[in-house]
Amino acid sequence: MLQYTIRRLISIIPVMLVVSIIVFMIVHLTPGNPAYLILGEDSSAEAVQQLEEQLGLNQPIVVQFFDWVINVFKGDLGESVYSSEPVLSIILDRIGPTFSVMLVSMIFTLVIAIPIAIFVVWKRQTVLDPLFISASLLGASIPEFWFAMLLVLGLGVSVPIFPVAGYIPIAEGFLSWLHHLILPAFVLATVEIGLISRMLRDGMLEAVNQDYTKTARAKGIKESAVLMKHVFANALIPTTTVIGVTIAGLLGGTVIIETIFTIPGIGQLLIDSIHRRDYPVIQGVVLFIAVIYVVINLLVDLLYGLLDPRIRYD
Amino acid sequence: MLEIKNLKTYIDTENGTVKAVDDVSFQIKAGETICIVGESGSGKSVLAHSIMQLNPSPPVFHPEGEILFEGKNLLDVSEKELRRVRGNEISMIFQDPMSSLNPVFRVGDQLIEAIRSHEKVSKKAAKKRALELLTDVGIPDPERRLHDYPHQFSGGMRQRVLIAIALAGRPKVLIADEPTTALDVTIQAQILELMRSIQKKYGTAIILITHDLGVVAQIADRVLVMYSGRIVEKGSVSDIFYRSTMPYTWSLLRSLPRIDSDTSDRLIPIQGQPSNLIDRPKGCHFSPRCPFATKACLEIDPSLTERGEGHWAACILSEEEFFNKKQEFEVNAQKGAVK
Repeated sequence: MLQYTIRRLISIIPVMLVVSIIVFMIVHLTPGNPAYLILGEDSSAEAVQQLEEQLGLNQPIVVQFFDWVINVFKGDLGESVYSSEPVLSIILDRIGPTFSVMLVSMIFTLVIAIPIAIFVVWKRQTVLDPLFISASLLGASIPEFWFAMLLVLGLGVSVPIFPVAGYIPIAEGFLSWLHHLILPAFVLATVEIGLISRMLRDGMLEAVNQDYTKTARAKGIKESAVLMKHVFANALIPTTTVIGVTIAGLLGGTVIIETIFTIPGIGQLLIDSIHRRDYPVIQGVVLFIAVIYVVINLLVDLLYGLLDPRIRYD
Repeated sequence: MLEIKNLKTYIDTENGTVKAVDDVSFQIKAGETICIVGESGSGKSVLAHSIMQLNPSPPVFHPEGEILFEGKNLLDVSEKELRRVRGNEISMIFQDPMSSLNPVFRVGDQLIEAIRSHEKVSKKAAKKRALELLTDVGIPDPERRLHDYPHQFSGGMRQRVLIAIALAGRPKVLIADEPTTALDVTIQAQILELMRSIQKKYGTAIILITHDLGVVAQIADRVLVMYSGRIVEKGSVSDIFYRSTMPYTWSLLRSLPRIDSDTSDRLIPIQGQPSNLIDRPKGCHFSPRCPFATKACLEIDPSLTERGEGHWAACILSEEEFFNKKQEFEVNAQKGAVK
């Protein structure tokens, strides 16, 4: 397992290199002079020059890249052009709300998707299965922004059970934190529940007819134990991939959800920074999201090793 | 001890009902070995799975018949009672040892699960018994192997583990569904030897499903020959190998290479395909492929008739007619070879 972990860790180096080049190039791939774009059309030539110097844009591009990478390693992602605050601290301020939404929505997803999948597989020869397939497809394909507004109208305005917007930090009370997160997290979870429960069902249906399942039944153990232990453990391996991609996808989903529910998270920060053409912050957020993506994939790979002994010993 | 009475196992499919097992009866006594032989698709495996009720239902159903184990009909008992029988009274090992162990659990855990599913014993006691079982089935260094995963075992070793799992509940009947088909020849011999020694030690009755007549000759007390879901001949090993009066059995034997045969004898394959289990031929099911078929064979569906003590065959030809046809066939075959 140690060797496997080390191999996986080494494999993220080239990925991070490519990611950093792309993130770095964001500023340089935009047409025209970035400093000019940031300052707007009616800016003076002096101001543009000053900003260029401040951002280091007057240096050769390779030097700029290495400076940037070295600074990133030092934890210095530059300063916001808009507020002059360090980018890293801006991002760290916004992590809480985003991670809260992701966490609650992931809990929703797993708590709902896994029992549903097991139940459907248990009742696989009934009408439940085709019903489930339609429902999961519907869940997976529902547009988030539309569903969010529908829920806000229904459960925020008509029957005001949940707040329509806003975010309360967990430090100010767990219940009000959760209360504000239920709607946005549920919207994000809907798509994931559709995907993950379907994936798990497919995986379990495949495992149900495997020889080892027959061996388990021939031992005389209960059908529920056969499903929950033997079948589920095997179906979890392909499903883990989807769960990993899903968590990463949640991060993308938060951009929309945070805007709709005015949650001051990373997604909203990204949108605001794009509006303000605050390139250092955009770079920082994109890099941050990319790193999270890579870390989650790494965790999924390591989890694979735990779930499937055949991978561990390769 | 175990008696199958007029068992029918049908499978509902889109194209119609497949009569996979059609009116099969036999019984097995303690310590006995019965071999069920036949081509692929003759219903041997479905029959074996029917005894354990391991066929998926639906689409599989039993319109008729009884599976009597110690007086109880397994087709009627509750799910709970059935679970008590499975692995405890009747056990089964399967064809492919490579896929029959759960790849994500340790071999020891899978074995201990089998032990603890029927006996309320502590984990420690179960582990001790697991070690005994692994030793019994000839796995070297069982203490260490208990902690290994299935992929760290060879095919033969996995089949030994599966036999250990099957023996965990000290079953009275062991059903082996082509246990050696997926293994190479030397390992096959070892596994058969193991099954024989287990039988000697515990007095387990064995139902061995196989299409390998060599295996049958080695191990069987009695042989059931299946064709298109039915038993077409049954008797002792010598009845089947030397005194067969059923053209299908004879054709099966004739299609095997023999080490002592004259090399000029060609192997004669059975012509045609096994009969369609949905729309069966009228008359004898084997008649379309039978080298000895007469007009009457296409009309009359023969039932098993006694040919000697404990030797039954389903063919309308009398022993004498069969013998004559056989000789005629051999003469023609010789001529063909000379040409």
